[in-house]
Amino acid sequence: MSGPGPRERMLGRLRVASLNAAAVKTLPLLDHHIDVHFARRRPQSAATADPVAAMQTALTASHATVWCATCDEWPAQLAQKLSEANIRHLLLDSARAEAAALKPALPAQLKTLDFDRPLEEWKSELFSGVDAGFTVARSGIAATGTLILAPDAGTPRTVSLVPPLHIALVYASTLHADLHAAVHAERWAEGMPSNLVLVSGPSKTSDIQQTLAYGAHGPRWLWVIIVDDLAGGMR
Amino acid sequence: MSAQTLHFVPSADFHARARAALDDPKLRQSFRGAMDFLQGKRSAQFPDANELEQLRDLGEAVRKHALAHLPDLLVQLERKLTEAGVQVHWAEDAEEANRIIFGIAQENKARRIIKGKSMASEEIELNHYLAERGVACMESDMGEYIVQMAGEKPSHIVMPAIHKTRADIGELFEQNIPDTPYTEDVDTLIQTGRRALRQAFVDADIGLSGVNFAAADTGTLWLVENEGNGRLSTTVPDIHIAIMGMEKVVAKLEHIVPLASLLTRSATGQAITTYFNLISGPRRPGEKDGPRQLHLVLLDNGRSQAYADEQLRATLQCIRCGACMNHCPVYTRVGGHAYGTTYPGPIGKIISPHLLGLEETADLATASSLCGACAEVCPVRIPIPQLLVRLRGEANRNPDEEVVHPLRGQGAKYSRGERLVWRFWSGAFASPAAYRTFRWAATRLRALAPKQQMGWTDHREPLQPAARSLADLLKARGQPE
Repeated sequence: MSGPGPRERMLGRLRVASLNAAAVKTLPLLDHHIDVHFARRRPQSAATADPVAAMQTALTASHATVWCATCDEWPAQLAQKLSEANIRHLLLDSARAEAAALKPALPAQLKTLDFDRPLEEWKSELFSGVDAGFTVARSGIAATGTLILAPDAGTPRTVSLVPPLHIALVYASTLHADLHAAVHAERWAEGMPSNLVLVSGPSKTSDIQQTLAYGAHGPRWLWVIIVDDLAGGMR
Repeated sequence: MSAQTLHFVPSADFHARARAALDDPKLRQSFRGAMDFLQGKRSAQFPDANELEQLRDLGEAVRKHALAHLPDLLVQLERKLTEAGVQVHWAEDAEEANRIIFGIAQENKARRIIKGKSMASEEIELNHYLAERGVACMESDMGEYIVQMAGEKPSHIVMPAIHKTRADIGELFEQNIPDTPYTEDVDTLIQTGRRALRQAFVDADIGLSGVNFAAADTGTLWLVENEGNGRLSTTVPDIHIAIMGMEKVVAKLEHIVPLASLLTRSATGQAITTYFNLISGPRRPGEKDGPRQLHLVLLDNGRSQAYADEQLRATLQCIRCGACMNHCPVYTRVGGHAYGTTYPGPIGKIISPHLLGLEETADLATASSLCGACAEVCPVRIPIPQLLVRLRGEANRNPDEEVVHPLRGQGAKYSRGERLVWRFWSGAFASPAAYRTFRWAATRLRALAPKQQMGWTDHREPLQPAARSLADLLKARGQPE
């Protein structure tokens, strides 16, 4: 008969170790301290006073191209930029309202692609033949200029990762002051998607002599459109 | 538990490597520049001292809470991950972790692994283990890719190739990547690395990553990176294997918020890194990418030894930011390779004895001036100098002495002669009569003091008792002793 396996032995060693519980905060107290820490700092934060401006400033500092637009303006503005950048193949989820708004404005030479097959059926094509991917962020974090992406069947994970240009649209109404606020407001603890991604700029590295370089592995360029939907826009 | 130690760089030769590093002005210049840069970046991220101290309090409290409940949290994490379709494996040591990962590769007929950054995989020397068995592991973090190409280990846990200049890397790429002319232009070098690795992401059968934090309540693996290689490694191949030290779990997802802020600001001086990749399961029905299989390997490898002792347990609070090494005067001068361990610098000196045993690492704890800089910057308040003193004591303890929590390699530096000297010394100082006799003899027989006094005289004049003791001088002035 075999003895306990590695799991039981590892847990067993941990369980016999004595605990000094008195030195450890209880869970409710710890939660409270975390909440108070972030809540206290929030009123003085630029991200609370003007989240759109803070988001734009932080993203610009992270080397992203950012602009604010109304619900009516952004499709034409984006189409113009795509044309200037000579983008030929754009990944776009046709089922989204944003795609319907953008498509009529796009230049004729630009071909849109749906992510309509599993990745393994067109992996090489995605890696070599797609110039840009378009995503709509679930929300944003103003303090750090962060996009919160929840990839789904229409806009899978690789849309924001493999093409050299990632274009993200984020609605002003979805901006949270900071990460702590986002986690609470969106109730992450109640259920997470298989993948949630927080993006704060284009891919970068300082691995060679502390010199910053962009486009290490992921997108080299990140364009972010902050859409002003607070006055009653398309959402 | 097996006590087998894997390493392709012997960790015990610290003195020889430190001497060689000190003799290399280029290396010292590289580290000096890099450490100054990183210290400046960190400092700029914490302009408000109060906020920093409050955040450190929170970070410490989160880590202490998690460690106090570690077994329950691991079981909860396993349950949540299993419910989401993740296969959880438990590995007691490096050999077992390697065997598990090789087993997954064999079962799936996998030959090519692309790796995101993982210090745990460095710790178990996975690449070498798998290469010997016909499975190729390719590092995709740019720094790791460079050191792998050079046949080296990382010299820093956050910036693995920090010891290399752009000229070194230009030469490496020219020699190892076909059709690559020599250049020192960093942008060109990064694009060369990107092109070389692009196809590897497409071709890989398995993607392997580390884990920065794991949340027990949601079963989420939280990965932190800038390059996107971590996301590619965990998204594009059909199988993702994550490996993490078992101490990295915390009770709740929201507890990671202060830790993530401390990590990125302390490590690279960034308010946030480009990517936080939160993984809570493999590809779900209807999803079109992401791995179909997701495995998590929970690694002990000596951590339970640190855990067993209430003082040493603080070692496991570490969030691997590297701030302690960035601020360590010893690390700055000798660099990461001198240590010969996966984790160099102050954190390496206190974690490595548990991973490798004191036989291999006894000298490391002595490579510190105990200046306290490491503890001052540690975002989770690990009392590193105190732990170094404790480990020095453990290394010099009688190996036969019975203690409540024996450490592997206890007494590795134990010397009967030294013990006798100390016993004599404490006896002489404990008794006034003995002390006076000793003092009288030492001042009169000072000419007999040895000219070679072990390590002391390598760089200094030999010690010699004074002709007259302080007590004699005071007596001569009519003052009491």
